[in-house]
Order: sequence, then structure tokens, then C-alpha cells
Amino acid sequence: MSFDLNFIGILIGAIMASSVPLILAASGELITERSGVLNLGVEGMMIIGAISGFALMVITDNLFLAVIGSMLSGLIISIIFGVLTQSLLTNHVATGLALTIFGIGMSAMIGKNFVGIPGKEFPLLFINLKENVPFLGPILFGHSIILYFAFLLPFLTNYFLKKTKIGLIIRAVGDSPTSASNQGINVILVRYSCILYGGAMCGLAGAYLSLIYTPQWIENMTGGRGWIALALVVFATWSPIKVLIGALIFGGITILQLHMQAVGLRIPVQLLSALPYIMTIIVLVVISRDSRKIKLNTPTSLGQIFYKEK
Amino acid sequence: MIKIEKRNDVSPSIYFLTPILAIFLTLIGGGIIFYVLGFNPIEALKFFFITPISDLYGFSELLVKATPLCLIAIGLSFCFKSNNWNIGAEGQLIFGGIVGGGVALLFYGHDGFYVLPIIILSGAIGGMIFALIPAVLKTYFNTNEILVSLMLVYVAKLLLDYLVVGPWSNPEGFNFPETRQFSESARMPILFDGLRIHAGIFITLITVFLSWLILYKTYLGFQIKVSGLSLKTAKYAGYKGKTMIILVFMISGACAGLAGVGEITGPIGQLHRNISPDYGFTAIIVAFLGRLNPVGIIFASLVVALTYLGAETAQIFLQVPKYTGQVFQGMILFFLLGSDYLLFFKIKFLVLKKNEL
Repeated sequence: MSFDLNFIGILIGAIMASSVPLILAASGELITERSGVLNLGVEGMMIIGAISGFALMVITDNLFLAVIGSMLSGLIISIIFGVLTQSLLTNHVATGLALTIFGIGMSAMIGKNFVGIPGKEFPLLFINLKENVPFLGPILFGHSIILYFAFLLPFLTNYFLKKTKIGLIIRAVGDSPTSASNQGINVILVRYSCILYGGAMCGLAGAYLSLIYTPQWIENMTGGRGWIALALVVFATWSPIKVLIGALIFGGITILQLHMQAVGLRIPVQLLSALPYIMTIIVLVVISRDSRKIKLNTPTSLGQIFYKEK
Repeated sequence: MIKIEKRNDVSPSIYFLTPILAIFLTLIGGGIIFYVLGFNPIEALKFFFITPISDLYGFSELLVKATPLCLIAIGLSFCFKSNNWNIGAEGQLIFGGIVGGGVALLFYGHDGFYVLPIIILSGAIGGMIFALIPAVLKTYFNTNEILVSLMLVYVAKLLLDYLVVGPWSNPEGFNFPETRQFSESARMPILFDGLRIHAGIFITLITVFLSWLILYKTYLGFQIKVSGLSLKTAKYAGYKGKTMIILVFMISGACAGLAGVGEITGPIGQLHRNISPDYGFTAIIVAFLGRLNPVGIIFASLVVALTYLGAETAQIFLQVPKYTGQVFQGMILFFLLGSDYLLFFKIKFLVLKKNEL
């Protein structure tokens, strides 16, 4: 293995690719949580997005439809969560868990007929530049459009939350639903919209996995990425830019771990595979140790049920 | 016209009737899914919920599956009642299985009445230790227990994989990812010849009884319930929050560990990669369906165990994947949580007279 500059460029490109599903899912969940809703169904919505994207790709042979369809199916399944938590006032944690269990089961049921079908090549942009520009080529070019979107998303999210009126409303709803409601804001409507947006982003994250990252359908192929995305939101203390940084760190661990396996170091494969999960715990401990910092940044009404007496 | 009113008090009958409503709605939802998949819904539901328990063997299988589910859910009820979200029971089950299995391999070839109790105890301690990780991190480092307990599930699975492929794999096993079959002295006694139901069911029943005692007859149980209802009240009353969090996690970890060791010394008889079909996750549903009540959990575990059996039967007769069971489990929880709305709100159907319009 040679450590020339180009190789490092390729490595960084791979790290970026593996962080895409985390960025997408975590950015979506961040908006949801900013409105005061804790949706633990990320893993379930991602896997539904993964199978719907793949199934639509096989059926329609159209990648655009597949991507849009995966977002729609993530959105549709998040409606269940919305109706339960917002209209029927159920516990967020339990409902999110149910969504994950249901999503994994449902995806396997739909996916039964799609196991073993090869994926389709997803168009990558600026392939020429990737090969011709040393070092920066593999980092900046030769990626799918979804990757570029994912890397733009945290900045857009940041701007949206801080500079736009709707962003301000979402934050107000998350921090103080009662006062927001008294100001005439429809808290339930805002929360519904944020839940649906989160669902669509998780669906897209799933589609990235089944259409681009490992273009095929494998049962349970999200492999806990939804949970890591949830941890990332805490890790980022609900700040979109830090989500990007966190996702790159976890992408880095994943790629590093794969390379260590490939090189054949005398470390058990399972220990390396466990690294992302162990790292998540360690990072969570480090971040959460300062309880004041967490309290300051957590949306005040996160996970609480809002009910307006009529 | 429909009018919704807030209830002032929750009637106990509705509290235990809504789970039945949830099961009924799940059957309807399941029927619709089967219909969409192109099956006759009535027939498919019959394969799912009646065929599996239409003979003695099936009934024994139901109890074999309900045994771990009930045990784990009982443990979880301690956590959930006190607002501690331990959702990593699957990891605690696997770790309990690993520790118990390790001891069983240590005693390979030994005879003696003491072997099995030692294995069972070590499994419980294993699960307990594994549950202590999220508990200690929550109490002393303010770390979210949901995420930590869940991440540990993946760690436990990978550890089990490492052990059965590597150091603990059967020396005469042609490199299959499994350990030796445990000695006879390390196996749960079978209750009836020809059936798989084993002595683990007594462990479950004893645990149910003990947890009922703790929850309803002791000061600790009272503290757990108060902390669940209002953390502020609990603090005001001077309860030691940290000790209680650690205690409920230890209880639920021990239960999950017992379930794990019950599986490997009972129906499985060795360690391999898949010692649990996600019992730890499904038990969360059992705990809620049983209303976190020991007796309720017994009934709930039987219902949910049936979804496992039903999925197996449906896989054979209808060629639907075994994950159908999970779809049903998710639906039960959806409908159960949704129907809780009836606990707090009355829905009145009003007939409007013409002059009111």
C-alpha cells in the first residue's frame, strides 16, 4: 500500500461517500428534533427508503423516479408517526421504536422479490476531472448528485434555521410550544411538517445506500446507520454544521476499519466492525458529560407531548 | 358530528381493554396486508394465528417462545415504569448468553447438579453487567441511555460472532461458526418427552411473581412508580435517583441475561451466531402490550409469541418472509399506542337535530 497523495485523495473521497447517508438522515432528524419531536424511527424510515428506491429502480428502470419515490415512501411512513404522536398524543420514544420495528419488517417483506438483483449504475458527475486532477480530483469530483446535495444540506439547514422566518418558527415551537401557540402559530402543523421532512430525508438516505453506495437490496442493509444518525444529532448539539463534521468522523472510522480489514492486520474483524458503535458511545459520553452544555442546546420541549385545550 | 372530550379519570377497565382492541385492529390491518399481497386474508390469518397452536407441539412451541419474551419484558417494565429507556435488552440477552455459554464450555464434560445453576447465575450476572454500562453512563456522565444501550446490541452481536468463529468454536466442528454442544448437565431439563418446553418457564414464572412482589409490595416499587409519574415529586420526596436508575437497569439486564442463558441451555444447547430472533426488541412490545403489569405481560407474551410462530407457519404455507411477524409486532404497538387516546379522551357521537344546523 503506497501512501501517495492520490491514494489519500481516494481515501477522503471514500470517507465522504460513506458519510452521506448519515448527513442526510441526521440533517432531517435535526429539523424534526428542533421542532420538539424525537423520532426514533430513523432506522425504519431509512430501510423503507432503501427498499422503495431499489424496487422502483428495478420496476421503472428510472433512477430519478426511484430517488423521488424513496423520499416519498420515507415521508409516507413518517405520517404514521405524525398521526400517532401529534394527533393521538402517543409517547415519542415508544412510537419511534414501533416505527423502526415495523419498517424493518415491512422492508424485508417488500424486498423478498428483490434479493440478488443487481443494481443499476448511478451517473457520477465530472468523471474526467476525477481521473485527471491529482489528489483533489477524487475528493471533489466523480460523485453522485446526491453526495453534492448532502454536503450542501447542513449549510442550507443552518441558514434555514437561523435566517428564515420558518426556521425561527420551528425553533420557537421546539423551545416553547405553549408561547408559540399563544402567538397564533399552529404547533401541530409545524411539527407535522418537520416530521414529514425528516421522513423524506431518511428515505433519501436509504436510497443512497441501495442505489449508489452498495447498489443492491440486502435485508437490514442500513445496519444501525439510523441509530448512529440519531446519536450524531446529540453529538452535534443540534447544530447542522457539526452534523457534517460528525458524519465525516464516522465515515472516516468506517472506511479506516474497512481498510484495516483489507490490509489484514492481526486484529479481529469483529472488533474493527464494532469500532463505529464503540466510538459512538465514547463520543456521546464525552459530549454529554457537560450537562449544562447539553441542556442549553437541547430543544426544550424535545419528546414532550403538546396538547392544546380547545 | 363527533365531539371529543377530555376524561377526568382513567377507568381501569378501558386501561386493560385497549390492548385487546389493539390486537383486534392488528388482525384487520394484517388481513389488509395479506389481501394486498394477493392472499385470501381469512385463510392467511388462520395460518398465522390458529394453525400454529392447533396441536400440543405447537402449544409447547408457543410457551418456548413466550418464556424469554415474558422474562425480558418483566425486566423492562421496571425500567419503563421509572422512565428509563433501556432498549438494548437484545444486547444484554446476548451478553448473558455469552457469559453463561462460556461457563457451560468451562464445565464441558462435568457432571453434577451444581453445573446448571452456576451457568444460569453467571448468565444473569452477565446481562446485569452489560446493562450497567448504559446505567452508569446515564447517571454519572449524563449520557443518553437509549443510544448507548442500542449501540451495545451491535457490540454484543459482534463479540458473539468473534467467539463462535474464533476461540470458542467447536474443535471438531469443521469450522462451522458454533461452539460444542453443551454437556447434558448444562442443559435445562425438558418437561415432557417429545416437546421442547423446558424448565426455563419456571424461572420466568418465579421472576413474574418476584417482580409483582417488588413492584406492588415494597417501598422500592413505590419509588419506581413515583419516579415514573413525576421526577420532580420523586426528587422532592428525597429518593436517591441514581441508585434507582442503576437498580432498575440491573434488574432488567439480569432478566435479559437469564432469557439468553435459558435459550442457550434450553432449546439451542450451544452458542452460535443467532441465539435470539430479536427477542430483546420484541419484548419492548410485550412490555407495553402488557401495560407494564406482571400479569398483563404474561398474556402479552403469549400473543406476541404467536406472531413468531405464525410467521414461521406462514413462511412455510404462504411463502411470505418470516419478517411478516415483525410487521405484525410493529402494528400491535402502533395500534396500542394509538388506542391509548381513548384512555384520556371520550369520543362522543352526537346526532344533531335539524334546528341546530
